[in-house]
Amino acid sequence: MSDTRKDARTDRVDTREVESRGAARDQSGTAGGEPVGELSGRSASLWADAWRELRRDRIFLAAAAVVTVFVVMAIAPILFTRTDPRACDLSRSLGRPSADSWFGYDLLGCDYYSQVVHGARVSVSIGVLVTLAALVIALVLGSLAGYYGGLVDAVIARLTDVVFGLPFILGAIVILTVFENRGLFQVTLVLAVLGWTTMTRLMRSSVISVRDSDYVLAARALGTSDLRILTRHILPNAIAPVIVYATIYVGIVIAAEATLSFLGVGLQLPAISWGLMISDAQYRIAEAPHLLLFPGLFLSLTVLSFILMGDALRDALDPKLR
Amino acid sequence: MPATEVLTATEATPHRADPLLEVEDLAVEFRTRDGVVRAVDGVSYHVDAGETLAILGESGSGKSVGAQAVMGLIDSPPGYVTRGSIRYRGRELLELDEGGMQRIRGRHVAMVFQDALSSLNPVFTVGDQIAEMYRVHEGASRAEARRRAVEMMDRVHIPAAERRYGDYPHQFSGGMRQRIMIAMALSLGPDVLIADEPTTALDVTVQAQIMDLLAELQRDTTMALVLITHDLGVVADVADRIAVMYAGRVVEQGAVSALYERPAHPYTLGLIESIPRMDDERDELVPIPGAPPSLMRIPPGCSFHPRCPMAQDVCAEDDPPLYAVQPGRESACHFWEEVLTSHG
Repeated sequence: MSDTRKDARTDRVDTREVESRGAARDQSGTAGGEPVGELSGRSASLWADAWRELRRDRIFLAAAAVVTVFVVMAIAPILFTRTDPRACDLSRSLGRPSADSWFGYDLLGCDYYSQVVHGARVSVSIGVLVTLAALVIALVLGSLAGYYGGLVDAVIARLTDVVFGLPFILGAIVILTVFENRGLFQVTLVLAVLGWTTMTRLMRSSVISVRDSDYVLAARALGTSDLRILTRHILPNAIAPVIVYATIYVGIVIAAEATLSFLGVGLQLPAISWGLMISDAQYRIAEAPHLLLFPGLFLSLTVLSFILMGDALRDALDPKLR
Repeated sequence: MPATEVLTATEATPHRADPLLEVEDLAVEFRTRDGVVRAVDGVSYHVDAGETLAILGESGSGKSVGAQAVMGLIDSPPGYVTRGSIRYRGRELLELDEGGMQRIRGRHVAMVFQDALSSLNPVFTVGDQIAEMYRVHEGASRAEARRRAVEMMDRVHIPAAERRYGDYPHQFSGGMRQRIMIAMALSLGPDVLIADEPTTALDVTVQAQIMDLLAELQRDTTMALVLITHDLGVVADVADRIAVMYAGRVVEQGAVSALYERPAHPYTLGLIESIPRMDDERDELVPIPGAPPSLMRIPPGCSFHPRCPMAQDVCAEDDPPLYAVQPGRESACHFWEEVLTSHG
């Protein structure tokens, strides 16, 4: 009995403490003396706040861990397997997964685990390269269109509309069939050429919303040049939504590359790519389902991780969702 | 009885050399879909070194647009400077291209705005933002720029400037942010500072501190201050001269004391009668009836005549020019003599 009463009392003390603390904070808020973070909207520490938010976000941490694994796999596949993906032995053709070879063997009797691990390089590099290229195009064209408006904006907007009008996969198929040899470079180029439009539009609208802000006017009033206004004032404040989209876009590009390779217009053998593996596997799905399962699993995991990372980043960068 | 503290300001400007900044017959219009807005229509004023000119007016009187035109900050379209001349040390600013204006801004003529929070870039520390002025405009080294930025923060009385160098704008109070803006504006030692309602977003005690700071900084240099405000109280203490604006025009101009004591325009008179005073024996304040006109439909004749208690037929027809009331004193009222005597 007495125990519960004591508990109740401590509870009450606790609430009072919390209340008085809250009141104290309110007071300091109205006095305008010390930092009032919640009121500042897109605050200075936008990225710092986002980082604090992300570190607590389990989904983000899991996605980031998976992405890290795949990036390391792409850079140094040797850390994951010592087996040469091209050391094949026809006698092991279509061998099932076992303790010896975790993912089994493919039609030519090559170690499938090693193949899938080495496939990460193509997917991740194309995903990252295409996104970087699209990001650069988007930052330059989007900033120019948004900041200068008028004729510059009109020209860039029409160009964007034309490219945007080409369906992504269909356009890629048409352009890629022109190339004799299709390697990493050609696929990256085509995906970059077709894939910068959405990001550019996003950047443009973001720049427009920042362009008319008071600090841009104030910077102009103190003699800041256009270039510095763009790089110091507009870009850092307008880039957040584009970064979010770019993160998601890596996943989209990886899926697109796999799609193109699957359709036979992306990378060509003897390149090692998840898309190619899935394409080969489709004819033997009953006979050797592991050939479809493993590259498919890796592909889905990579794409999903990038998209989840982007989602978490968007939530963290949007103060309204906190 | 006029307020006594008003009389402490100097009676007239000490010496009339070349004006530092001279605006003559300036007109700015905005061509919008709904029609042409004549935001500024024939405004003239000048300000000398070490002098404070207050430009007083209600919202929409064209006072801010006029200042932005001086800085070359009017976006075209939709805004256009259609007429007039803006001379800095005798040099015509309207003839300069954007690059030329960039060299004038900050170094010779600087401007601070009303809302200091939104006037500071949220993603950089305040120290870096001040230091950048030295790095970009004077090619100072990182360490040198930092030292001078801290010095500047000290000058505007930011407590513990060294420690607060790395703080972000949102970590400062409103008054402190405005001090930072002032530090940035003064970092390159401009000859003219245009302050566009620098205290409007602040509470009253902080307003006084900022005005004191501006006055103090001005005493230390020979900087001219153009203070744009709608607050008569702010003006009385710091300004040497006032230009009262109404519907895009200067309706009265003169030394603060003379203007407060004996206004020569019914609008100024109305403004003064509508402020509460400690020594007042009136029971009620006297407001100005009506509202300022839309700048798209400025009344013919004197733009103030629909609200003017002294309006006569001629006011609806003839646009009054600026009559010279006294040396250095002008009024755009046909009946300025009556206004003067009515209150004398």
